[in-house]
Amino acid sequence: MRILSLAGRRLAASIPTLVLILIGVFLLLQFAPGDTVDAMMAQMGGGDAATAKELRKFYGLDLSIPAQLGNYLWRLVRLDLGFSSIYGKPVASVIIERLPPTILLMTASLSFAFFFGLLFGVIAARGVNRWPDTLISTLGLIFYATPSFWFGLMAIVVFSVYLQWLPPGGFEDIGTVRTGIWRMLDIASHLVLPTLTLGLIFLAIYLRIMRASMLEVLNLDYVRTARAKGLDETRVVTRHVLRNALLPMVTLIGLQAGTMLGGSVVVESVFSLPGLGRLAYESVVQRDLNTLLGIVFVSALLVISVNFVVDLIYARLDPRITAEG
Amino acid sequence: MDAVKRYFRSPAAVAGLILLVIVIAMAISAGWFYPRDPLALAGRPLVWPFSNPRFLLGTDNSGRDIAAQIFYGARISLLIGGVATAIAILIGILVGAFAGYYGGWVDNVLMRITEAFQTLPNFVLLLVLVAVFGSTLTTVTIAVGVVSWPAPARLTRAEFLSLRNREFVQAGRTLGMKNIQLIFREILPNALPPVIVYASVVMAVAILLESALAFLRLSDPNVASWGNLIGLGRDVLRVQWYVSAIPGIAILVTVLAVSLVGQGLNDALNPRLKGR
Repeated sequence: MRILSLAGRRLAASIPTLVLILIGVFLLLQFAPGDTVDAMMAQMGGGDAATAKELRKFYGLDLSIPAQLGNYLWRLVRLDLGFSSIYGKPVASVIIERLPPTILLMTASLSFAFFFGLLFGVIAARGVNRWPDTLISTLGLIFYATPSFWFGLMAIVVFSVYLQWLPPGGFEDIGTVRTGIWRMLDIASHLVLPTLTLGLIFLAIYLRIMRASMLEVLNLDYVRTARAKGLDETRVVTRHVLRNALLPMVTLIGLQAGTMLGGSVVVESVFSLPGLGRLAYESVVQRDLNTLLGIVFVSALLVISVNFVVDLIYARLDPRITAEG
Repeated sequence: MDAVKRYFRSPAAVAGLILLVIVIAMAISAGWFYPRDPLALAGRPLVWPFSNPRFLLGTDNSGRDIAAQIFYGARISLLIGGVATAIAILIGILVGAFAGYYGGWVDNVLMRITEAFQTLPNFVLLLVLVAVFGSTLTTVTIAVGVVSWPAPARLTRAEFLSLRNREFVQAGRTLGMKNIQLIFREILPNALPPVIVYASVVMAVAILLESALAFLRLSDPNVASWGNLIGLGRDVLRVQWYVSAIPGIAILVTVLAVSLVGQGLNDALNPRLKGR
């Protein structure tokens, strides 16, 4: 219960941040050339000034900017994100349709990066300054410097064009109708390359942090005690070192949640996945500012909820946090 | 000069420095090797690398010399990376210094703003900025700088928090120095080294951000940039994959060089933490 109230307090503290972001981006978008009505008129193939004026009145765009901001925030409280003139649907339903691929992609990439980062970090730290460490650390540096979209393209060339093992893009095969387990397998095969592409840079970061934090913990007194009482090295690592060494890794998940969401914009564009990131890109190209603002809101919300979960995990790993709170 | 000696003792740091010097040399010599406009048509489209001595790295979809674009791209990447990093570090230092020095409500307000910037995915904010202000070289550079300042700000603030009550600061205060003088003349020089080292991370990320933006065709299309070229090569990826592959390697090498130099500096300046 204590954990929940502590994390809940952090959650409450992020509400002003959320409001700040919305106000900031809303005001920023006022500088954008053209508004929703302009976009709609362009879609309709032009129209006279009277129609434009009427439409602006209908959408409340003739009001002063503070009044529009007030209206927008009040609609947000009722979870109404406005209307997307490009998609001809409420923004909320456009976003909800696009959310599952992104969440799936982020979860898969995060698990991939976390698991292998942990594994390689431990291997590197165990053989510090010997060849496994040098190899892993060098690979980590190279992965960190690799532009994700480029890695994605090269992976398509190798695995989809030459070897023809995996599909080059899309979320599922739309040529055939599949159900149940076959559909899941189909989606999974479409997500392999995007997951690797998005996860690569995070794998590099995680393994570096894990290695450093393992080296730090391995030097602590209680580890020497564990060794002195005759535990073998594997036991020392799995039972004693890992739990403490994991703390910085968990912190990093929260810090990197936003970066990962940003990275999925690029990766979804490379693999033409119909996700939130691709929607963000499309709404910039199509000047669909209502949708863009909605995406800003939803992505901030996503980052905040990831951090909430991270707080819970953190408290579970390190009981001292709740004891002092 | 111990730090310099320590720097050159690390093979990784030296390798990074060599790579960085090569990239800088490419940027400087671009006009000398390729006096023509890199975006002008040079020959037949889609010539494979090493097949025609006139175009060492081949030509792209519309017959422009890839090697020339790589050389001029080095200029753009270093320019955007460098200027955006300078902007980010400058904003970061100002915000972090005031927040850390004054504490209280100043700290509260500034950190709330920093948090807001960190909560919003930086690439999404970059998209918003480009959507609003357009994608010329100047706006893209400023936008990349504007989304990259929170981390240096937090670092500077942490340094200021640990330094602001040291004896030399109290001595300065007793001498009647003003707050601004204390911040910029006394504390900042001591807080600067880790922030400068961190600048290498900011620069690496800035180069990657710009190339991703250019790949999505949301950066300036009128300059020869590596990201633009990768985006173009995507249209002919199935067969002429080299159009995308070559500029990608250039980005990889540049970012790798910047990170290696940064890490080398870090190890040289903090020898106790070496190997961490």
